[in-house]
Amino acid sequence: MRRFVNLFQSLDATTRTSEKVEALVDYFTQAPARDAAWAAHVLAGRKVGKAISSTRLRDLVADVAQLPAWLVEECYQAVGDLSETLALLLPPPATPSDLPLHSVIEDFLLPLLASANQEQERRLVAIWQSLDPQSRFVFHKLISTHFRVGAARTLLVRALAQVAGIEQSVMEHRLSGSWKPTAAGFEMLMSAGDDLQVDASRPYPFLLASSLTAEPESLGEIGDWQVEWKWDGVRAQLIRRQGRTFLVSRGQEHVGAAFPEIVQLGGTLPDGTVLDGEILAFENDRPLPFNALQPRLNRKGVEPMLFTDVPVIFLVYDVMEADGIDVRSKPLAERRPLLHELSRACADLRLSPVLEADGWSDIASLMSSARDRGVEGLVLKRRTSRYEVGRPRGLWWKLKVEPYSLDCVLVAAQPGTGKRAGRFTDYTFAVRAGDELVTITKAYSGLTDDEIDEVDRWIRGHIVGRYGPVRAVTPELVFELGFEGIAASERHKCGIALRFPRILRWRKDKPLDEIDTLENARRLLQQHSGTP
Amino acid sequence: MDSLLVESPGGLFCPAGDFYVDAWRGVERNIVSHAHSDHARRGSAHYLAAADGVAILKERIGSDSNVTGVPYGEAVNLNGVHVSLHPAGHVRGSAQVRIENRGRVLVFSGDYKRQPDPTCDSFEPVRCHEFITESTFGLPIYRWPDPTAVAADINAWWRRNVELRRTSVILAYTLGKAQRVLSMLDRDIGPILLHGSMLRMTQVYRETGCDLPPAEHASPERAKAEKGRALVIAPPSAHGSTWMRKFLPISVGSASGWMAVRGHRRRRSVDRGFVLSDHADWPDLLRTITDTAAERVGVTHGYTGVITRFLRDRGADAYAINTRFVGDADDPPESETLASAGAVEADGGTQE
Repeated sequence: MRRFVNLFQSLDATTRTSEKVEALVDYFTQAPARDAAWAAHVLAGRKVGKAISSTRLRDLVADVAQLPAWLVEECYQAVGDLSETLALLLPPPATPSDLPLHSVIEDFLLPLLASANQEQERRLVAIWQSLDPQSRFVFHKLISTHFRVGAARTLLVRALAQVAGIEQSVMEHRLSGSWKPTAAGFEMLMSAGDDLQVDASRPYPFLLASSLTAEPESLGEIGDWQVEWKWDGVRAQLIRRQGRTFLVSRGQEHVGAAFPEIVQLGGTLPDGTVLDGEILAFENDRPLPFNALQPRLNRKGVEPMLFTDVPVIFLVYDVMEADGIDVRSKPLAERRPLLHELSRACADLRLSPVLEADGWSDIASLMSSARDRGVEGLVLKRRTSRYEVGRPRGLWWKLKVEPYSLDCVLVAAQPGTGKRAGRFTDYTFAVRAGDELVTITKAYSGLTDDEIDEVDRWIRGHIVGRYGPVRAVTPELVFELGFEGIAASERHKCGIALRFPRILRWRKDKPLDEIDTLENARRLLQQHSGTP
Repeated sequence: MDSLLVESPGGLFCPAGDFYVDAWRGVERNIVSHAHSDHARRGSAHYLAAADGVAILKERIGSDSNVTGVPYGEAVNLNGVHVSLHPAGHVRGSAQVRIENRGRVLVFSGDYKRQPDPTCDSFEPVRCHEFITESTFGLPIYRWPDPTAVAADINAWWRRNVELRRTSVILAYTLGKAQRVLSMLDRDIGPILLHGSMLRMTQVYRETGCDLPPAEHASPERAKAEKGRALVIAPPSAHGSTWMRKFLPISVGSASGWMAVRGHRRRRSVDRGFVLSDHADWPDLLRTITDTAAERVGVTHGYTGVITRFLRDRGADAYAINTRFVGDADDPPESETLASAGAVEADGGTQE
């Protein structure tokens, strides 16, 4: 466990990519396979077991540390991370020990997660006795929610590939498959050479578009680029292998159960086909806003009703495997004809249309019509590009339409978590409705560090009410909020939900009586709710 | 019963003795617990401070200030009120202020710690009826590691940096923390350099009898000669400065109690956080309150709301005292208290 905790701390301590990779390489070179298997498992973001609710953990810690609940809450507000707060609050360990990671997980953690409530508490208290605060912190991370460390998946892949002496794309591919966190599983992951045993459900790593900040003209000849709409749905791969169909999202989740009509479509593909595309709610030849997919994503099985309510399609972007052969190294100009062949054989396949653009001025006019069509903007793909891994610059560019915006006033704030712990960084905003202010959204990011400090100081001097960790403040500071979408919502008091709200600008120039009204927001909703 | 110290617009005031303790503005007579800028302000006519701290205080508020030094434990009579100063263990020359009038004793703690620190006298518990305590780290998440272990960590980090040919830069406040860190360093590892702003204060420490390893000015010339081997002590404000870039490649550490929390560590974007505080942690705050046997406890400077509520829940007579200082951008942080721009105070309003 100590070795793994040290790795966690090294990853946490540096912001330099090279040092993170170095720490990972050191770990995976030295750790025994049984431990390394679990480390790779959790660092790749895979679940260990059914998590324990944070409320229960919190209550138990309060009990063991003999502290009142309000004080535990105060501490959490100051620390901003529950796993860490609880680790710091527990009394020092009675009998610190250093068990191997696999033993901590297999002998303690898994039985713990599998046991009944009272037994669970007894086991937890016993484990706390043997772990030092840093180890407890990591242990809490393992049993509570997703394990998040300051290392992106790409770094893990890079390090593992380096240790195994294989290509990163092969490692990424293997890591996405269904390997077991055992010594044998890890050895398979790290084995030299190409893969003989192909796991049928294993997706390829996605090629992602980078945001284009320069003028599109800077990309050279328009003819070098394939232009498509940027669709706003769930990016996924439709995999047809060994007579079976899999639908895997970018988050590595198998989402086939939520979209049976797409799985059905996959069944009509020839064996050995992998397609890259977007799951979209689609009606009357236009996409519905992203929110329309939400009810489907949140449920495991789909009731027949929803088929008529939310029609869903899979819009195909690209082909990665055809006739059982990995075609990612072919240029886009050759992959696209493969797609056309497929759609001739499989009539229900819908391809993301290639748009006509004879000059850069056409790009501008396409962009101006994007919002009305319910798309986010455009994607430009270099016709000569191979299907690479990750977000290589210069192959795929995305151009997003300007977000919607509203001028809102800050009405409440609460301390942030993680890196923003201890400062008021989670803001609540309101718009005007007659003589009143109506809360419309929360937003977290968008300000610079200096602005956050300035707003934080201002908040401390303008508190007018307290509700738990939330502080109501004098409505005075005006901000321009940007968001990607707007939809009607019954869960929100104002009847509106904003998608991806963020602060665009602090409008120090704008007085309170010039902020937007709820009427303005409703007008935006009517114009762009996606329902014609 | 009249309190020996009352809150007033100028700070805590003793009506019976006609003096202030750590006054917020210029007053006639001011007793100063220690020289950090959130406790010692310029402009008073007469200052009283611990003898060990006089030179340090003058360095801060001006050498022409009228400062009377009193040895620890020696009583002074101010209008019939007996005042004596007792070691607080916070920084060199820091004091608790004991005030006795007609058989009633109040102790104002100033900032204090209970951990050993070779650069100053150790905290001495003083029995009293009423105790006013600081509460900078008044949350149970704060529990300091043994300073010997922290010293070993710092030296191991430095040694490792020398192997990697990186300069070690450790961020510490100019008064107190810088000298304490200096006292912990293993001088056999390499040369020790000090940021220009710390030279004077460190010299004053030496002149008042504090034994510290030799350390030279971290000038651009020294940077050229010693980078990759040296350990440089610098104030937090030097982080990311062009001066610091002269020592590249570097590894940056921060020595502060706030480093116990990961969020603070990450926000300061330092490579290493060393948990080293000149304030009492949660167990020591509670232990100290018990040690004084006080029947009434005032809480100031920090998590006043939390400690007050916690003590009251246990049946104690506790009250909160407001502090005027709010992290002011024009007033560079000197003590950890002022620098805690991160800590959200329990009762919301003011920030130390």
